[in-house]
Amino acid sequence: MTEPPRSRRLRDTLLGAALVRLLRRLPASEPPREPGVPPPDIERELPSTRGAERTVLVALLGTVVAAAGFIVLYVALPDTQLLGLCLGLAFVCLAVGSIVAGKKVVPQETTIEEREELGDRETQEEVVGIVRRGGEGVSRRGMLLGAAGAAGAAVGAAAIVPAASLGPRVDARLHRSPWRAGRRVVDADGAPLTVADIEIGGFRTGFPEGATRDELGSPLILVKLEPGEVELPAEQQVGMPSGILGFSKICPHAGCAVSMYRHPLYEPTTPKPALVCPCHYSTFDVRRGGELIFGPAGRALPRLPLRVNAEDELVADGDYLDAYGPSWSGVRQERPAP
Amino acid sequence: MRRALRRLRLPAAIVCGGLALANLAAPGPAPVAAQTQAGALLRPGDDRAALAAKGERVFQDTCSSCHGGDARGIEGRGPSLRGVGELAADFYLRTNRMPLDDPEDQPSRHPSSPLTREEKRQVTAYVGTFGGPAIPDPDPGAARVADGRRLFTDSCAGCHQVVARGGQVPRARIPDLEDATALDVAEAVDIGPFLMPRFRTLDDDEVDAIARYVAATHDPEDRGGWGIGHIGPIPEGMVTWLLAAFALVLTIRIIGERTPR
Repeated sequence: MTEPPRSRRLRDTLLGAALVRLLRRLPASEPPREPGVPPPDIERELPSTRGAERTVLVALLGTVVAAAGFIVLYVALPDTQLLGLCLGLAFVCLAVGSIVAGKKVVPQETTIEEREELGDRETQEEVVGIVRRGGEGVSRRGMLLGAAGAAGAAVGAAAIVPAASLGPRVDARLHRSPWRAGRRVVDADGAPLTVADIEIGGFRTGFPEGATRDELGSPLILVKLEPGEVELPAEQQVGMPSGILGFSKICPHAGCAVSMYRHPLYEPTTPKPALVCPCHYSTFDVRRGGELIFGPAGRALPRLPLRVNAEDELVADGDYLDAYGPSWSGVRQERPAP
Repeated sequence: MRRALRRLRLPAAIVCGGLALANLAAPGPAPVAAQTQAGALLRPGDDRAALAAKGERVFQDTCSSCHGGDARGIEGRGPSLRGVGELAADFYLRTNRMPLDDPEDQPSRHPSSPLTREEKRQVTAYVGTFGGPAIPDPDPGAARVADGRRLFTDSCAGCHQVVARGGQVPRARIPDLEDATALDVAEAVDIGPFLMPRFRTLDDDEVDAIARYVAATHDPEDRGGWGIGHIGPIPEGMVTWLLAAFALVLTIRIIGERTPR
C-alpha cells in the first residue's frame, strides 16, 4: 500500500525544516557526530567580569536600600506616593540586577536540543490501513454517511433547543413603568414638585413618589414652555399643564440619562430649545413633544402626560405615550395596550 | 555594553519625548480668585445717576447697533435690555462677553474689551435705569464644598462636567469654568446665558455652595501627581498605559536579542 501523499508531504516539510534549522545553527566546521552520543555544548562562555559583578551587587544593594526605605516610611511617614516610589525602585533595581546577572555574570551556553522525529511512521501506516479496511464490503456508503450526518444534526438541535428556557421571560416588564395616573412627581429628595418649581428656561429631574428610582422608566426630565410655544397638533396638546412637559430621562438610543437642556436666551441668533443626550448628542425638540432633530436615536423622547392636583403639585396622568428606554427590535410591537 | 547603550538611544528618546509631552499636558495650578461682589462693576454706594448719564453715550456708540438706540433690541440682531438689570450688564461686560463682533457669535469670555472699566461701569448703570435685578452678592466662604458638589452634579455637570471643564452641545460650546468667579456663577445661574438654562429656583445658599464648589475645581488636589487636564479617568488610564507600554518595549529591547545568523 502506498503512503497517502498528504502525510508524506507533511513529513518531508517537517524533515526539511529541521534540516534547515540544524544547518543554520551548526558551525560549518562541526565534524559529523556519531549517533547515540550526547551532543557536546556548542558554545560556552564565561563572561563574568568584575565590572558586571559590581553592577549586579550595586543593583541588589539598591533593592535592599529601597525595600528598607519602604519599611521605614511605612512606619514613620506613610505617604502613598513615597511608598510607591520606594517599592517601585526596589523592583526596578531587582530587575536590573537579574538582567545583568543573567546576561553578563553566569556562564552563557548555546546548545541545540535534539528532537525526535514527529510521530511513529509504522504506527501511522497501520492506522491508515485500519481506517481503509473499515469501509471494505459496504455497498451503501453514501446513504449511511447521510444518515449519520442527519443523526448528528438532530442530536445537536436537541441540545440547543433547551436554551429557549434560559433565564426569565422578558415579556412586558420592559414596558412596565412605575408611572400611574395620579402618582405624584417628586424631586431627588422626595419633595413633591409643584408648578412653581419648574421655570421657563429651566429644567428639573423628577421621580415617581413611592416607587423605585432604579427602573429605567422612573426618572423624568421636566421643562416648561411659554404659553403657545408648543408646536403640536391640538389633539396631542394633552398632559402639559401650564406648559410643563415631562419626558423620560432615558435616551431611546442607548439608555443614557438625557441631562442637557439647551435653552436660548435670545432665539433669533441661536438654535431652538432642545434636550440633549450627552453620550451621542441625540437632540430632542421639546416644542414638538420630544421629536428627534439630531443624533443617532431612532425615535422621539417618550413623553409622560401630566396634570396638576388640588395642591398645584404635578402628578402623572397615565403612563408614557410611547415605549421608554433604549430601543431594540420590536420595542413598540410588544407594547401592551394602556 | 556600549553597543547595548547605543541600541537604547531611540527607545530612550521616545520615552523622554513621551514624558515631556505628558508634562506639557499637565496644567499648572490655576489661581483661585474667590472674589465676591468685590469685582462687580457697580457697588451699592455708587452714584448711578451720574454714571448712567455718561453711559448713555457709550451705549449709543457701542451697543445700539444690535440692542437699539432705545435698548429695546433689534429683531434678529440683539435682545431688548429693558428689565435685564445691572446683573446681566455686569455679567456680560465684566467678563468681556460683550460687545460682540458678530451678533451670530456665541458670547464667550474674552481677555480684552474695547471698553475701559469706567465705560463698562457707565453702561451698566445706564442699563440698570430700565429696571431689573441688581448685581448679586454671593458669599461662598461659608458654604460647604460637599453641598456644592451635590448641587453641581444635579444641575450643572450634565453640560459643564463634574470637573467644570466644559464641553460641547450641538451648535454651542460649553465654557469651562476655570476663570469663573463666585459672582460669575451667581449671575449666570440667574441669566442662563446663550443656550444655558436658567436656574432661578436655586436659592442663595445653594448658589453659594455651587460657587464654592466651582472655586474648588480651579485647583483640585491631584492625588496621582498629574492632573492630565482634569478630564477624567479615561485619559489618565491612557497616559498610564502609554508610559507602561514604552517602559515594557524598552525592557524588552534591553534583555532580548536577535537569533545569531
